[in-house]
Amino acid sequence: MSDIDEGLRGELQRQGIWVTSMQELYNWGRKNSIWPLQFGLACCAIEMIATAASRYDIARFGGEVFRPSPRQADLMIVAGTVTKKMAPQIVRLYNQMPDPKYVISMGACAISGGPFKQGYNVLKGIDRYIPVDVYIPGCPPRPEALLHAFMELQRKIDEQKLSGSNKAEHLRPDQPSEFPVPAFGAHDLEPAANADLFRPPEIQR
Amino acid sequence: MTPNPYFFIVIFIGVALIFPVIPLGLAWLWRRFFQPPKPGAEKNATYECGVESLGDAQIQFRSQYYLYAIIFLIFDVEAIFLVPFAVAFTGLPVGAFIAILVFLLLLLEGLVWAWGKGCLTWAR
Ligand code: SF4
Repeated sequence: MSDIDEGLRGELQRQGIWVTSMQELYNWGRKNSIWPLQFGLACCAIEMIATAASRYDIARFGGEVFRPSPRQADLMIVAGTVTKKMAPQIVRLYNQMPDPKYVISMGACAISGGPFKQGYNVLKGIDRYIPVDVYIPGCPPRPEALLHAFMELQRKIDEQKLSGSNKAEHLRPDQPSEFPVPAFGAHDLEPAANADLFRPPEIQR
Repeated sequence: MTPNPYFFIVIFIGVALIFPVIPLGLAWLWRRFFQPPKPGAEKNATYECGVESLGDAQIQFRSQYYLYAIIFLIFDVEAIFLVPFAVAFTGLPVGAFIAILVFLLLLLEGLVWAWGKGCLTWAR
């Protein structure tokens, strides 16, 4: 499982011997069959649908199987405005996905509330409740941007370690697989953010 | 010696057993050595599109739904049989024609019965 020396690997390859490690095999398999969860929230979802359709064809990257059940999904594409009414459902869906699971936050809305940030009913970023792997800016991001995010995610998966102290989160028993679902409070969701997860940088003035 | 003609069924059963058992075994080994299971109350909860599930799944349906079943049979199953019947109509022998007429008559009877019972009037 230790990393293979690149020079040795190239030497062996010239002799017709292909060497790989379990970690590479595991990540190679995972990164080429990322199945997204099939749900869309707002206008960004239209771009996600376009990405899945034949013109942009996310199938080229192994992500065409949009699953209608979280039990079979690896990736959650939060595509659109997350209202406060919808946020608990999204967190619950995320919780119901099996490990390893990834989140792409697509569009200004999912990142920060976007154009509706001042709205009383709009969540100011899904990363307040669930860990996000890739953010895509844009309103809406073009399908190419989603494909790019998908490739970034593949790169991230490819670099996850199978053993050692910095191994992937889903392999560590101490890392949570579920996050608390916010409840509807009198004026806002309670809590307003998951304090363990959401640590925005302090603005230095 | 020729093998028993049912021998292929034995092979079939063997493959049918091995095929799922190997991935399941690999998954078990993977769980054992690499990926710690992380069950949880939310994760194991019934999937209801993200909404918390309410009540029991083992409910009784109203017996009145049998009407829908009958109407479905009349309109849907009949249509499925009528299409090939219509396609092969000119080449049918008399016996087949009468057989399909009997079948239609049976369904028509159901329709008349449902009509008489008032199932076809729009509920107000
Ligand atoms: S980021 Fe723009 S396009 Fe995407 S959901 Fe929000 S308003 Fe719609």
